[in-house]
Amino acid sequence: MTVLRAQGLGKKYKRKWALTDCTLEIEPGHVTGLVGPNGAGKSTLLNIASGMLEPSAGTIEVCGGVPGSGPEQLAKVGYVAQNTPVYASLSIEDHLRLGAHLNPNWDAALATGRIERLGLDPRQHAGKLSGGQRAQLALTMGIAKRPELLLLDEPVAALDPLARREFLSDLMAAVAEDGLSVVLSSHLVNDLERVCDQLIVLVDSQVRIAGDIEELIATHHRLTGPRRDLDTLPSNQHVISAKHTDRQTTVLVRTEAPILDPAWTVAQLNLEDVVLEYMSNPATVRPALEVLR
Amino acid sequence: MTWLTWRQFRVPAVSVFAGLAVIGVVLAITGPDLVGRTDFSDSDFLYSATILLMYLLPAVIGVFWGVPMITRELETGTHSLIWNQTITRGRWLATKLGVGVLAGMVASGLLSLAVTWWASPIDALANQQTERGMLNWLSPVVFSARGIAPIGYAAFAFVLGVAVGMLLRRTVLAMGVTLLALVGVFLAVPFLVRPYLLPPLEQTVAIESDSILGAHGDNTGLVEAIIVREPTGAWVLADETVDPAGNVVTPLPDFVQNCMPTPGRNPQNAQPGPPEPGDMRACLAKLGERGYHQRITYQPGYRFWPLQWLELAIYLAFSALLTWLCFRRLRHLS
Repeated sequence: MTVLRAQGLGKKYKRKWALTDCTLEIEPGHVTGLVGPNGAGKSTLLNIASGMLEPSAGTIEVCGGVPGSGPEQLAKVGYVAQNTPVYASLSIEDHLRLGAHLNPNWDAALATGRIERLGLDPRQHAGKLSGGQRAQLALTMGIAKRPELLLLDEPVAALDPLARREFLSDLMAAVAEDGLSVVLSSHLVNDLERVCDQLIVLVDSQVRIAGDIEELIATHHRLTGPRRDLDTLPSNQHVISAKHTDRQTTVLVRTEAPILDPAWTVAQLNLEDVVLEYMSNPATVRPALEVLR
Repeated sequence: MTWLTWRQFRVPAVSVFAGLAVIGVVLAITGPDLVGRTDFSDSDFLYSATILLMYLLPAVIGVFWGVPMITRELETGTHSLIWNQTITRGRWLATKLGVGVLAGMVASGLLSLAVTWWASPIDALANQQTERGMLNWLSPVVFSARGIAPIGYAAFAFVLGVAVGMLLRRTVLAMGVTLLALVGVFLAVPFLVRPYLLPPLEQTVAIESDSILGAHGDNTGLVEAIIVREPTGAWVLADETVDPAGNVVTPLPDFVQNCMPTPGRNPQNAQPGPPEPGDMRACLAKLGERGYHQRITYQPGYRFWPLQWLELAIYLAFSALLTWLCFRRLRHLS
């Protein structure tokens, strides 16, 4: 059972491919972060998953159906677009009412409860809300729809650090209550580390690595030692990047086995280091995607 | 979805209908005064204003109702909010188009009903008139401002606004393009399409001194055409002099060129003083003696309603075509 399964997914805009050969699976019940530099294809992937865009190549299955294929499918997937659009001329109340009109599973108690807890005046026009409040309204609409999978495209990009923290902890609480699956994108690893347990790194429109965050941290090591040829490394150590000076070699490897060679000084990496290494070394040929889920 | 559509549409809708209500009151007050009068000079302003309004309404419906309805959503990104509720884009567009088209047709139908009623004494007079001067029901300007054809214009204008907006995705630009397109269509249809909706009738009038009403020429003194009595209430598409072989002659042949006083010519050759109208007619009647006659191509007055129905059907057909294009385009929007 997966909530999202993509196979060789690609999207071409006029001449340029925004997403190529994207293959991934997301298990239910997780909060998955989608990270990558600007223009890496994060929004494209989420847009395809929500049914906003049609893929140019490959297949995608979301919650067991084709994205955007009909009302049943739309009911299963919630999507909050980039910049969290809301109707400026409608009040918060009107937004909740349109949600109730248009969604059979709408949870009115949850929606009004959230708005109340956030201290928002239901009669206020959405056009007068701050960026953070607008994002909260959009998130409320996404959650109160009661989807199986909630997709959030850069929900915190426009928010200041405080609003960002509030939004994410609020998202965490909502997810914990409902047990829904979430995929959210960001170009900031720190935001994702706080709320996600799974991570997908998208670089140059391709999936560079995907997996459990704790596992990613545990299996990546920075090795420093006297200069040596990389071919002498054990076969279970996958090289992500390597730097050589006259005397010294620094290499970033991914391995599930312990590092036994006493010549290396082993340093643990944090998640940001790992992601940045993957982002800044796109040349490395697909590092063994098969071990990752 | 109907609730949301109404919630978003109520301000522009109420504005237009409130305007129509005011116009309706003005027409209701002034209308009864027109009955039985034959001199309408003092109601000229209202008469032209009602015709202008009839042209303005479809433009307003297209530009201020049609364009923003979808384009504003695409521009502000709210379409991605609404398309991710449990409603397909198709139903969303169908509801919006349905409400807009219906409201437009009702607005246009009501205004046309009011204006057609208000102007009926004037129109009745114009339809019986044989001299030129008043515009009858079939004259291009009046035809589009009466009856049921305006209902079709409103539907067409609205769907055109939506379609242009969906194509350009810029509200202001789409408003300009829609307005230009509407002006183009409203100019093209009366002159290029409407005359041929039904095959025009032809009438041949013998040129005799008592059938000639007058003649007109250009500023060099060339006599270009003669004026004969035209069918009552008809839309005359062509009024030509033809020679015995059936060819149209313009300007008129040389043997009638000196029938009229011509300011530019040598005074010695010209007749002394202005000719008597009777002499002029007798002179021009030489055309008839030599086998020339006048051929009038026209749409008769009794075709007003058939032509109205045909035009309504054509505009509705094009509205349907544009609607189909909108739904096709909808699939590829994001």
